[in-house]
Amino acid sequence: MAVTEPQWRRRRPLQFPGLPAWSMPATAARSESFSISAFPGIDAEWAWGGADGSGVTVAVLDSGVDGTHELVAPIARGWQVASGDEGQLRLEECVPVDTAGHGTACAGIIRGIAPGAEISSVRVLTDGRFGSGSALLAGLDHAIDQGFDVINMSLSTTRPEFRPRLAELADRAYFRRCLLVVSAHNLPVESYPWNFSSVVSVASHDDDDPMTYYYNASPPVDFHARGARVPVPRPGGLQGRSTGNSFAAPHIAGICARILSKHPWLTPFQLKSVLYHCAANVVKEAGADVAGPR
Amino acid sequence: MSQDLADGVTERQLLQSIVEVARYVYGAAASSVFMVDPGTGELIFAAVTGSGGEQLIGTRFPAGTGIASWVVASCQPVIADDLDGSDQFARDAASSTGFVPSTIMAAPLIADGECIGVLEVLDRYSLTPPAPGRELHDMELLGLVAVQAALGLALLRRHERAGRPAERLESLVARWAGRPVSSAVDPLALTLLAASVDLLDRP
Repeated sequence: MAVTEPQWRRRRPLQFPGLPAWSMPATAARSESFSISAFPGIDAEWAWGGADGSGVTVAVLDSGVDGTHELVAPIARGWQVASGDEGQLRLEECVPVDTAGHGTACAGIIRGIAPGAEISSVRVLTDGRFGSGSALLAGLDHAIDQGFDVINMSLSTTRPEFRPRLAELADRAYFRRCLLVVSAHNLPVESYPWNFSSVVSVASHDDDDPMTYYYNASPPVDFHARGARVPVPRPGGLQGRSTGNSFAAPHIAGICARILSKHPWLTPFQLKSVLYHCAANVVKEAGADVAGPR
Repeated sequence: MSQDLADGVTERQLLQSIVEVARYVYGAAASSVFMVDPGTGELIFAAVTGSGGEQLIGTRFPAGTGIASWVVASCQPVIADDLDGSDQFARDAASSTGFVPSTIMAAPLIADGECIGVLEVLDRYSLTPPAPGRELHDMELLGLVAVQAALGLALLRRHERAGRPAERLESLVARWAGRPVSSAVDPLALTLLAASVDLLDRP
């Protein structure tokens, strides 16, 4: 298909008056060709072939993780956000638990893709006010300090007052070689930090293969990963299927864990580039300069 | 929303309309709305259609449980399918709507940057099962319905807020009327009064 303007320079449409449309439809993927500069030697086999995530540490920043679920265990360490004596937030070590189930689902997806990865839980959504940006910031700060290789964040905040601090933390993670994998928003609202360039942002595609993902040439979403009918563990030892961008991000987090277990010295910008070259709509014959639908 | 129309609409009516539309669009067994208490984070059961749970409207549920709290936490629409009776999500839904669903779809109601509520659709396509593979489409459509609903709620709340100061302005003017003009008025109060008059004069 002839492309008159590169996808990455298009204006984002204002779909609804008064609400900035940062999002993109969950199903919009793989429909257009785009120009690329390929590195022919970088492919899926090179990137993660034979790797299982061993030696890589992953934090799930979420509602906690049920450390007893057979599709998730073992969980290496658990922390939760708590109020200090003077009302300030602090992180305390705890037994990994999850009353909501969201974090358990994410951890189960990561475990399924990278069974050798060391997964820990940072519980920022507790029984208090959900969606608290303060707890999110405290937990992210802690996870970066702990030196995790990959942090999965299937959550975001819509409150603009937290944007500057989140941007600082995202940059700090990036420079410390800590990759933030964040689920993108598919509603026309502005939220953070998924739309920062220092993170890897993930929306959903409709295929059933957990290792298939697509590069998105229309930022700010970086990739589309499996996000529909995803088999996930549920609290109480149960299993089910869930759909949503929340479940797409852990697929990329798991794939990154496998890549890092094979290539431990990749920086976040190299890792994002490897993801790009191994995406299902970018892998192509050497020498061609266009990628797109397959 | 015109002045006349908005004057006659209550939030309860708007919420009821939202769940009726959502249920009809998906041919669902039931649809409901939870509103978030901004102070406590509790979820307040605010509207329902299709399942006979009307008597539970107003019930409060603690933050942190149920699929609605996933949605509040992540600000994202989600679908949980393949639920069974032992699943916590199904039990939570049953406690508010009176029946145990096998699928739940939920989307946030976001107004002025805050998640103010959650729209849920239980057992969609209960009459005519859809072709498989429609989950992302279903979720996207629910997101659109939820955005429209949230815009309606935001406009209604804005209208209500705009209505209140008008009454207060009248009482303020009444209090001020007939006061003797005095030079002993606090200069700060005069400055604030002048600024207020300027603001009120804005078109």
